[in-house]
Amino acid sequence: MAAGGLKDRAAVTGVGETAYTRETDRSQLELTLAASLAAIADAGLEPKDIDGVIPYGAGGVVAEDFITNFGLPDLRYSALTPMGGASPVAALQSAAMAVATGVANHVLIALGRGSIAGGRITSRLAAMPQMRLVGEFEMVQGCNAPAQFYAPMARRHMALYGTTVDQFAEVAMTCRRHAQRNERAMMRKPMTRDDHHASRMIAEPFRLFDCSLESAGAAAVIVSAAERAPDLQQRPVYIGGVAEGHPDSPSAITQRPDMTRFGLARAAPIAFRMAGVDHGDIDVAQIYDCFTWVVICQLEDLGFCAKGEGGAFVEGGRIGLGGELPVNTHGGLLSEAHIAGMNHIVELVRQLRGECGERQVADAEVGLVTGFGDLGDGAVAIMHR
Amino acid sequence: MTTSADDHTRLPARPRPEPDALSAPYWDGLRAHKLMLQRCRACGRVRHYPRPLCDHCYTFEHDWQEARGEGRVHSWTVCHHAFHPAFKQALPYALVTVDLAEAVRLQAPLRGSDPALLRVDQPVIVDFEDIDDTLTLPCVRVRA
Repeated sequence: MAAGGLKDRAAVTGVGETAYTRETDRSQLELTLAASLAAIADAGLEPKDIDGVIPYGAGGVVAEDFITNFGLPDLRYSALTPMGGASPVAALQSAAMAVATGVANHVLIALGRGSIAGGRITSRLAAMPQMRLVGEFEMVQGCNAPAQFYAPMARRHMALYGTTVDQFAEVAMTCRRHAQRNERAMMRKPMTRDDHHASRMIAEPFRLFDCSLESAGAAAVIVSAAERAPDLQQRPVYIGGVAEGHPDSPSAITQRPDMTRFGLARAAPIAFRMAGVDHGDIDVAQIYDCFTWVVICQLEDLGFCAKGEGGAFVEGGRIGLGGELPVNTHGGLLSEAHIAGMNHIVELVRQLRGECGERQVADAEVGLVTGFGDLGDGAVAIMHR
Repeated sequence: MTTSADDHTRLPARPRPEPDALSAPYWDGLRAHKLMLQRCRACGRVRHYPRPLCDHCYTFEHDWQEARGEGRVHSWTVCHHAFHPAFKQALPYALVTVDLAEAVRLQAPLRGSDPALLRVDQPVIVDFEDIDDTLTLPCVRVRA
């Protein structure tokens, strides 16, 4: 299939989510089903209309759970995209392929996170097969969580390119300002640069306010065949270009030839070429923000600036509402909630529908969403109304 | 919180490697205070972490060679928060990513120097720490 093969062949026709909270009494499955029902209703569909499902690979919700709980009469397509935080956007690609080829008509992508009490990040990661080498060679010496995996990438970026912690703070403060305009966001208290710099050190150069939240909640989207989308309830948001990319040495950052470049750098040119748009056409961008620096690196890998210029790019209000490229208008993983980036897709769709109220980017027509996961996997989708 | 067999220490059990046939020579080497690296028997390329196949010539057969134990700092982090309780008493500790002379990388804790003095490309040497009777881990020291 040519590079433009998936262009506008699929649309997001429904989005939904639960409340985002620190803790919850509801199970991961219950939350996932609740967000899925909301997305199905948003599209104007019935649960029985769903004939494709892509659940989040990490955590135990499987396609069978949707057949059981929704009484799906004819599930024709199910898949997993186990790429950590790149999974939801990579799932957009898989869903678009499924509906473009007629394998399915309406694919549900759903992601939920239940109580963190029994499964914080360290124990969740140790159980993942893609972490096997990191488990054997790095976790044994006290390198146990993403903050510690990713910190050396950020440190080297600072050493090579002069990236600063003030620039990290710009990302954190921008997300917080946006969260203040989002009633769903978990963190809405104002944050100054001094607040950022005073937050406790976690893994140098990352402070607490460089790190995303741990959250409970769920979000879901419906991807429909383009020819069916106009008959549904909402204005369709078309997937113009979508791609996933994997870095060299995906199983250990330590062994990566260039640890300041993600898989996204491979996916981005494919997605832009497929969509037939330029960087200047992007009105709003939801960039996966598990850590502040990860946003800076992705802006480079996406091609919004050259490698090493991401720090300067986020300065001067450029990524804020009213700026040249508003980023994470919902507050992101840093201030809205950590729903592994499914909430980034939901926000982009809402922006392109014009539903975002006081945080709406005026006349947003074309937008972009990324995922970043595991040890450098990436995915990007360019969407338009 | 789980505790180790050495309950008198009151320290939580640290995560331990679970070597398989492919990685056992690495861990056996550390116990003998040798840093052993996997080398393709056909093309001679050194690879790390251990894996079944040479990604250059697709040969399974391999040998093990002792590394020179020298390298340069590629990057590092200083950990101030323990994400596993076994490492809480060690805080703060620096983990250094080293470009070994053999063109693969090693991650190991820094010993004997102030982490604030670390710089990219700084020369380091590999040393060894016996954690207990069955586990030895590498560490690195700034070369004098």
